[in-house]
Amino acid sequence: MLYREAGQFKTTYAADQQIFPIRQDRLGILVLLVIAFLGVPLLASEYWFSAILIPFLIFALAALGLNILTGYAGQLSLGSAAFMAVGAYAAYNFQLRVEGIPILVSFICAGLTAAGVGILFGLPSLRIKGFYLAVATLAAQFFIVWCLTKFPWLSNNSSSGVISTQKLIIFGHELKTPVEKYLLVLSIVVFLALAAKNMVRSATGRAWMAVRDMDVAASVIGIRLMPTKLLAFAVSSFYCGVAGALYAFCYLGSVEPDGFSLDMSFKILFMIIIGGVGSIMGSFLGAAFILLLPIFLDIALPFLAGLFGLPFASETVSHIQILVFGALIMFFLIVEPHGLARLWQIAKEKLRLWPFPH
Amino acid sequence: MNFFFEVLIGGLLSGVMYALVALGFVLIYKASGVFNFAQGAMVYLAALSVVGCVEKGAPLWLAIILAFVIMTLFGIATEKFVLRKLVNQPPITLFMATIGLAFFIEGLAPLVFGSEPRALELGIVDEPIPYILDNWNMVISKFDLVAAGVASVLVAALALFFQYTRIGRALRAVADDHQAALSIGIPLQNIWAIVWGVAGFVALVAGMMWGARNGVQFALTFTALKALPVLILGGFTSVPGAIVGGLIIGASEKLAEIYIPPVMQDMFGGNFGGIEGWFPYVLALLFLLVRPEGLFGERHIDRV
Repeated sequence: MLYREAGQFKTTYAADQQIFPIRQDRLGILVLLVIAFLGVPLLASEYWFSAILIPFLIFALAALGLNILTGYAGQLSLGSAAFMAVGAYAAYNFQLRVEGIPILVSFICAGLTAAGVGILFGLPSLRIKGFYLAVATLAAQFFIVWCLTKFPWLSNNSSSGVISTQKLIIFGHELKTPVEKYLLVLSIVVFLALAAKNMVRSATGRAWMAVRDMDVAASVIGIRLMPTKLLAFAVSSFYCGVAGALYAFCYLGSVEPDGFSLDMSFKILFMIIIGGVGSIMGSFLGAAFILLLPIFLDIALPFLAGLFGLPFASETVSHIQILVFGALIMFFLIVEPHGLARLWQIAKEKLRLWPFPH
Repeated sequence: MNFFFEVLIGGLLSGVMYALVALGFVLIYKASGVFNFAQGAMVYLAALSVVGCVEKGAPLWLAIILAFVIMTLFGIATEKFVLRKLVNQPPITLFMATIGLAFFIEGLAPLVFGSEPRALELGIVDEPIPYILDNWNMVISKFDLVAAGVASVLVAALALFFQYTRIGRALRAVADDHQAALSIGIPLQNIWAIVWGVAGFVALVAGMMWGARNGVQFALTFTALKALPVLILGGFTSVPGAIVGGLIIGASEKLAEIYIPPVMQDMFGGNFGGIEGWFPYVLALLFLLVRPEGLFGERHIDRV
């Protein structure tokens, strides 16, 4: 009853095409944004900002990037962490080598650099698809990380490629506290998420989905495959690159190439699978799930062990953590292969009729 | 020139080891269309269960049989409890499930058998063969030769099994067309269970070879990453492709590791070791641009 669009008439084309056509959705998003921008900074502790909220937003952004490529354009990629690394190192180098460049401009340049690299590694997608492409993107993963380690110029001659990021100065104001960093990350993520939401319902997004569903058929109806696929790679890498720059500048402060490992790529892939392939919101839900699960297991396992009086070595706990993680992923895929976003969709359908089902 | 041949032969022999792992992938992909990322973890589990059984006091032959039983049961359980529930899902979902399975195994195996690195003694020494060393002045490891021999026997046995047994014929039928196989009365689910059992067996052989060579440790799971370029080079669906791909990857990566870094060092300065890590992938990638279906893969025709 609360979530029902009956009675909301659309009298103009603009009203019909708006991004959230239902009033409840608009209100919901607004409330969410107000909470995120005003409520959270007032309530959350420092630990929450630096250990949970900032990485959550950054990984959600990376997952969003991968979701554009895999969920909308249908090109499976296992190299997202490498594109994040490109973004992080590019932002660092722009700050280092270009005199007086504003930090936000260097983030954008970092994204563009990542997009260029993404296009380069997206070229094989014109010839190959499916798992062959997935394995081919592993080439990007290993090659980029290797390059960042071995070419000293990229990390300003630091040993083993470790970089420490420069100060975050925006309009003459230095961002130091976690709250400020959180607000910066949040603003960027919200902006890019809205952009993505708009992109996937535009002609570009429809072309991506057509290519995803069947590329031969898409080319038959006049969608040019090469620009469409490469654009997907570029946009996806741009998002990952910005996420990488934020990861380095706002989250860790100092990164090394090996940190952007294959494991991280898999983590991002898990996020979109658990959250929902082909869903903007799913990227956020998936990122939250994948990041919170280990924290939850960290707390729950020793507690359970204490409950049953079993002595647990910390090594055992870490093994059980991996085991439970794997088992949960399989369980999730079996129970809800379309991810958390699908659950939300079902909930919305139910809410429409609730509490009077007839 | 001697050195070149030494590197080449060493590379070819290590390529055989990659092929051993790649075989497991091919078997499962061919029969059920599942890209089983957990193959590397299965190699680890197999090697660990052999070592674990030996530690509990079983003689080596008994340990191998026990490990075989464990792997078969595990494969069948995977098929029954995970993949059967995911029938008709898109391939990427199945792929993700096998990544989940890989995590599961990587947590479970050390829990049961302990995680510290251990040696696995098969009674073959890893030392150069004196005859070749004396006559041609090349270091060719005895162990590598034995491993190559085992791989050849395994491939021959698999080929015979596929070609001449009743089950093998059913397997090929299922690989060709699930629906058609089902309609002439081949029990699909039994076949899949058998395939996972066979893949477990291949993982056991690979695990014993890799474990005896590098010690039984967590790094065994990374053998899967070595096998992936082999797969795309040879084609996901071809057993001979896995072997030939393994040889090409093994030889070229060892040669690249020896000959490319000095050239790059002259150009840029600095240390450029570790090319092995990505060279196979880039090689496979370039190869795919020319032949998208791999060396022996089936040519895929798209129909609207």
